Amino acid sequence: MMEVVIAVAIGVLGGSGVWLVLRPRTFQVIMGLALLAYAVNLFIFSMGSLSIGKEPIIKPGVPPDLLNYTDPMPQALVLTAIVISFATTALFLVVLLASRGLTDSDHVDGREEEP
Amino acid sequence: MRDVLDAAMPQLVAVPILLPLAAAAFMLLFDESRRQWKAIVNVAATIAGLLVAVALLTWTNRHEGIAAIGVHLPGNWHVPFGIVLVADRLAALMLVLTGIVGLASVLFSLARWHRSGVHYHTLFQIQLMGVNGAFLTGDLFNLFVFFEVMLAASYGLLLHGSGSVRVRAGLKYIAFNLLASSLFLVGVALLYGITGTLNFADMAQKVPHVPTADRGLLHAGAAILAIAFLAKAATWPLNFWLAPAYSAAAAPVAAAFVILSKVGTYAVLRLWPLLVSAEAGTALQFGADALVYGGLATLAFGMVAMLASQQLRRLAAYSLVISSGTLLAAIGIGGANLIGGALYYLMGSTLASCALFLLVELIERAREMEPLPPLRADETDHLPFYLEQSENVDDEAVDDRSLIGRAIPAATAFLGLAFAACALMIAGFPPLSGFLAKFAMLTAALEPAPGAGDSIGAARWALLGLLLVSGLLVTIALSRAGVRHFWLPQSSPPPRLRVIECAPIAALIVGCAVLTVRAEPMLRYARGAAEGVIAPADYITAVLAAAPKPGPNSAGR
Repeated sequence: MMEVVIAVAIGVLGGSGVWLVLRPRTFQVIMGLALLAYAVNLFIFSMGSLSIGKEPIIKPGVPPDLLNYTDPMPQALVLTAIVISFATTALFLVVLLASRGLTDSDHVDGREEEP
Repeated sequence: MRDVLDAAMPQLVAVPILLPLAAAAFMLLFDESRRQWKAIVNVAATIAGLLVAVALLTWTNRHEGIAAIGVHLPGNWHVPFGIVLVADRLAALMLVLTGIVGLASVLFSLARWHRSGVHYHTLFQIQLMGVNGAFLTGDLFNLFVFFEVMLAASYGLLLHGSGSVRVRAGLKYIAFNLLASSLFLVGVALLYGITGTLNFADMAQKVPHVPTADRGLLHAGAAILAIAFLAKAATWPLNFWLAPAYSAAAAPVAAAFVILSKVGTYAVLRLWPLLVSAEAGTALQFGADALVYGGLATLAFGMVAMLASQQLRRLAAYSLVISSGTLLAAIGIGGANLIGGALYYLMGSTLASCALFLLVELIERAREMEPLPPLRADETDHLPFYLEQSENVDDEAVDDRSLIGRAIPAATAFLGLAFAACALMIAGFPPLSGFLAKFAMLTAALEPAPGAGDSIGAARWALLGLLLVSGLLVTIALSRAGVRHFWLPQSSPPPRLRVIECAPIAALIVGCAVLTVRAEPMLRYARGAAEGVIAPADYITAVLAAAPKPGPNSAGR
């Protein structure tokens, strides 16, 4: 059940992200990129096999293998990925504002469509 | 010298990453008005990085087999768990190319470009760090991190000089690369989920033991990862971003970006034989067709695009696409001789493309096709707010005393000869090394396939044909541009060039000539590098055998 919920969440986030990235306005693109980053982060997280109550802290008497503990590695990876995607999204936001200031338009091409 | 190099060895591998990082951090301490100091630090760090890269290359060239692979454990952990930096022949070669391209670009920028924005030198060093790290790293996640370091710096450098053209091009470049990074992460996560490791060498050992039921997922992960690399390597149809971005960038930035498109190619060349090595059984030929035909399509696209281009900058950008296509097709077809020839081609084409990007700026300035580059004082567009604070920088008075050279009287002759040399290199005609590289590749492509290479027999002939036709089309495109820029009656006085701008171009072309004269040892080295990559047994053994150094407290354990 948990797997299904996570998979649906990743799918919805990823699908919405792709749709928004293909939109013509810069703000929609940046929201799409943010949603895609969330989808990817959840995906990395779920690669460490989802489980409840198996925190990766070794208890005496329990053999230290992946049957008894969850894999801590994807959690470390996802932390790095979150920081990097956050930083690059912030940088993209600055460029977005610069583009808005230079072209007086929030269209990705810098030109409004002809009505 | 030999002893010093051997003694420094495992640690020397980390220097190409640490040195630019330290230089970048150090330069942040200066105020932007002390640009002279930053320039000195930047040039010094770039030269030192190049020297270290040459030292690594000398070391790998001197040893044989496993001994020629330098493995450094920065965290001093056991191998599959900690970070690994690996310098083998291919990595050392790429480091040297990065150093040469970086040095040429930074010297060129001293004439004027480094004054047209803030933090140019810092971003430049960070980009060098990212590129060097991507070449040296031995695990998948650090490859991602160094890709991101490199890309983050490249976003800043692409916007250097500002102006609405750059910002618009930058917006798309960033959006595209963020998407590619998402795919990269998905691929990394899938491969980790299946093999349980991120280390290249460890993964290469685990891939053959992946159960058949998981093969599909493994292939999906590898394919998604490859899409991210191929997008970076400008493979058709994922290369629409390259020409607008590279032709909008300032000339020294575009020249430095030449090495960026080679990082994607390098990643494919490094990872594909490791993951699809001979032991991998059913995965043996996975992806070969995609690489070969993708590369051939890229080559065809590049030459048609070059024929269709009018601007010199776009010509230079599409010459990169042609180079990427040639390399990818050669990698896909495989064989040590062909890939060795392709690596030799990579050396020459990198230097020539870099020189062409620098030259284009001088030619366009000479012909006044374009007004002065958008220095801040000349900029009619209003600037984004984050540049306003550096208003106190004086554009002309600061640097001219030391950097301005005398006007070269034969400026036009220099431009014409340099352009002709670049055209010969890129088109692959004698006497420069482009011809020898193509000759080596064509000879290797016609060799009988060692194994069951029937499926790519047609691809060999296609590569042969496309390489020859691309030489013709590139010649047409470049000579047409040359005629238009050099042979038309010229009303303006001959251009004034500065020595600091001409020296890097001249040095790059001399580099091409050296590649030609010393072709035999260079080809031998390239072939050695190719052998080390496509038969990665030595690489795997060397990485897995690296033992952490005992610490002061670990004796009792």
